[in-house]
Amino acid sequence: MSKEKILEKSFLLIALSSISILALIAFFIFQQGIPLIWKVGLNSFLLGDRWFPSKESFGIFPMIVGSFWVTLGSLIVGVPLGVACAVFLCELIPPTIAMILRPMIQLLGAIPSVIYGFWGLIVLVPLIRDSFGGPGLSILAGSLVLGIMILPTIISISEDSLRALPRTYKEGALSLGATHWQTIWRVLLPAARSGIVASIILGMGRAIGETMAMIMILGNATQLPNSILSSARTLTTNIGIEMGYASGDHRQALFATGVVLFFIIMGLNSVALIISRKGRA
Amino acid sequence: MKRGKRSRWIYGVGILLLAVLLPGCQRQHGGLSVVGSTSVEPFAEALAEEYMNQHSREKIFVQGGGSSAGIQAVRTGAAEVGMSSRNLMDSEKDLIAVPIIYDAIAVIVHRDNPLNDLTLNQIRKIFSAEITRWSELGGKNHLLTLVTREEGSGTREAFQKLIMGKKEISLGALVQDSNGAIRQVVADDRNAIGYISLGLVNDRVKALKIDGIEPNIENIQHHRYKIVRPFLFVFKSNPQGLAKDFLDYILSPAGQKLLVQEGLISMNPIPEPKKEARR
Amino acid sequence: MKISRHHTQGLAKGVIWVAAFSTLAVMFWILYQVLREGLPLLHPDFFIQAPRQMGRAGGIFSTIIGTIALTVVAIVIATPLGVGTAIFLQEYTRESGVSRVIRFGTDCLAGVPSIIFGLFGFVFFVIFLRMGWSILSGGLTLATMILPTIICTAEEAIKSVPYTYREVSFALGGTRWQTIRKMVLPNAFPGILTGVLLGVGRSVGETAAVILTAGSSFITPDSLFSPIRTMAVHFYILAREGISMEMAYATGAALILLILAINTGANWMMYRYAHKA
Repeated sequence: MSKEKILEKSFLLIALSSISILALIAFFIFQQGIPLIWKVGLNSFLLGDRWFPSKESFGIFPMIVGSFWVTLGSLIVGVPLGVACAVFLCELIPPTIAMILRPMIQLLGAIPSVIYGFWGLIVLVPLIRDSFGGPGLSILAGSLVLGIMILPTIISISEDSLRALPRTYKEGALSLGATHWQTIWRVLLPAARSGIVASIILGMGRAIGETMAMIMILGNATQLPNSILSSARTLTTNIGIEMGYASGDHRQALFATGVVLFFIIMGLNSVALIISRKGRA
Repeated sequence: MKRGKRSRWIYGVGILLLAVLLPGCQRQHGGLSVVGSTSVEPFAEALAEEYMNQHSREKIFVQGGGSSAGIQAVRTGAAEVGMSSRNLMDSEKDLIAVPIIYDAIAVIVHRDNPLNDLTLNQIRKIFSAEITRWSELGGKNHLLTLVTREEGSGTREAFQKLIMGKKEISLGALVQDSNGAIRQVVADDRNAIGYISLGLVNDRVKALKIDGIEPNIENIQHHRYKIVRPFLFVFKSNPQGLAKDFLDYILSPAGQKLLVQEGLISMNPIPEPKKEARR
Repeated sequence: MKISRHHTQGLAKGVIWVAAFSTLAVMFWILYQVLREGLPLLHPDFFIQAPRQMGRAGGIFSTIIGTIALTVVAIVIATPLGVGTAIFLQEYTRESGVSRVIRFGTDCLAGVPSIIFGLFGFVFFVIFLRMGWSILSGGLTLATMILPTIICTAEEAIKSVPYTYREVSFALGGTRWQTIRKMVLPNAFPGILTGVLLGVGRSVGETAAVILTAGSSFITPDSLFSPIRTMAVHFYILAREGISMEMAYATGAALILLILAINTGANWMMYRYAHKA
């Protein structure tokens, strides 16, 4: 076989690495987790609201709810503010200042999540505790910090989408007599919609997957949360906080939580793919 | 960048990488792995630091992960020594456990909390959420914030066995994954109550008396304060080499002194007093 | 009374100004707080000494070594794999079933949360392959995490090399591999380097997966199989345990400065080579 052919095959092998790693991850996680889901029953695992491993109770419904509320909260914080910042950077300030701010925002996105968690612990949690009562370690704290953490993602990508729009959109609208704001609100934002939605989905993925900062500020109670001032656990923190100690069934249950997480993320990814394909068409 | 300069860069980086990685390629690292309970961890680290000061050639790697993780690690061979803050379960009895020191569990509240004393029964009711407000204990009408360790923690097990008995710790309790973290939460929240290793109590929190007995060395050694559990070093087989040396150091007067200084209770408590002899 | 659209505009713009300004202000203020408390505590000793007394005293030397070691292992593994994948996708194949499968795999891998990587690394590298908690386990796990990033940026970089470069090489009788090696890669190098730097940034900041695979022992490692604590993990532990707030702030400040340096490097690289073309 010629040298070129050998090289081509080698590169093919290398290129298959990412899908093989994915398969490997899925295999090991499922291998550890599925037997437990089988043993406990899918319904009682997903819908059971008691997580008490030492008494063989493995219901992760409170964690699903926790993940849901914290992620939703972070989107409520992150999306409006993020899109507002994107509009701000793109349309409302001189390009030179935007050029300075952009790498700084990118830097904020690269800061490790534990630093944001630390800030949340030191500043936000006492603030919430003193203003609203409760322990302060709460869904509210988690949503705020998570919202701040996904802002750079939403800002960067939304702003890129806005900047990528053809100038004619803006010029056309303005020449028809629209005000700047009307142009932004009715022409530019809708046109950049698919990019903005992509950024939201990316941010959502990051929010769902966040672990360390959430362990620091959510309080990690296993009970079903009943208000934004309640402490809660997410699917990720459930794994993170008990992984070190677990063995046997308990450990498998944590892997099973990983399986659920895996499916949720895959589902999210697929939705993102479909939306982005639709947007392109 | 000119072609020639770039290749030199790449070679330079390549050599640097090799220099960094090659020495590391020995199969096993030459030290002792001590893994397990986060309660034992700080003390094991202090002992290891002192031991390495005296034996500068040796390396002892201490890390947490929890009592169960430590015991598992010893069983699978991932570590030579496991640290546990709870007794071995029946299924673990094939391993060798050596008590190295004793530790009491203290129930702690915020420094400014007016409460000083609780009965065992009250503590049980508090942590099982039968009592939910400080007003039921004579304080303000605020909700109690419970803080507990996570499932699988040796400290939680000990707390469950020695204090809670059959009652379950409430699902609404905040969960933190180390003693230090619980101490942090209780130190900052006036309505919080939790439990940590007595050796970790500092001036930022207050340890409560239980049934009138203060958690201090004397009461513990005289068996008055009974919420006590052993710290264990767990081995797969009879310890040898560095593991044995380290264990010997820990059990020696010097090692025990270090631990007692840190707030733990030594191995030889005063035996239960017999009937008082006539003065 | 109908509000004129100019009033609406004024109101809307005002709201956006306030929202954006306060958002950006809060985000920068977070950094500022950590830096303000931590920077004064950064002196040469801090970087050279190892942590003592659980991190209450001493410095962060061993964690710096740990961070570097972990990152180096991750980059050494992930870069060849990532660049190779990108080369294959761009140079050796068209859009086909195989390429779609590969892209799907890469996209999915990019979305997997770090704790799942940690679980995987723990059960595969630490337990199954018996590597134990080690630099190797941690580095390999990190490699799988940064692989999608490197593939993505390498692909972009390779794609942006104009086809004419390749045409010239083919016209002169070069083989595909010769073309790649001498024409495409050297020109895509800065873009690839940017991707590598992004991967480095992520490795430095990763905590969950690292604790589960590289352990958290903080003494200086003596081999690839030693457990190690990285700066991010050290920061997390200090912050959680309340061992020493000063040390936590200082480590945090050091971490931020490191990220700043890496990001600035990446940006400078992109800027310089974007303007060279």
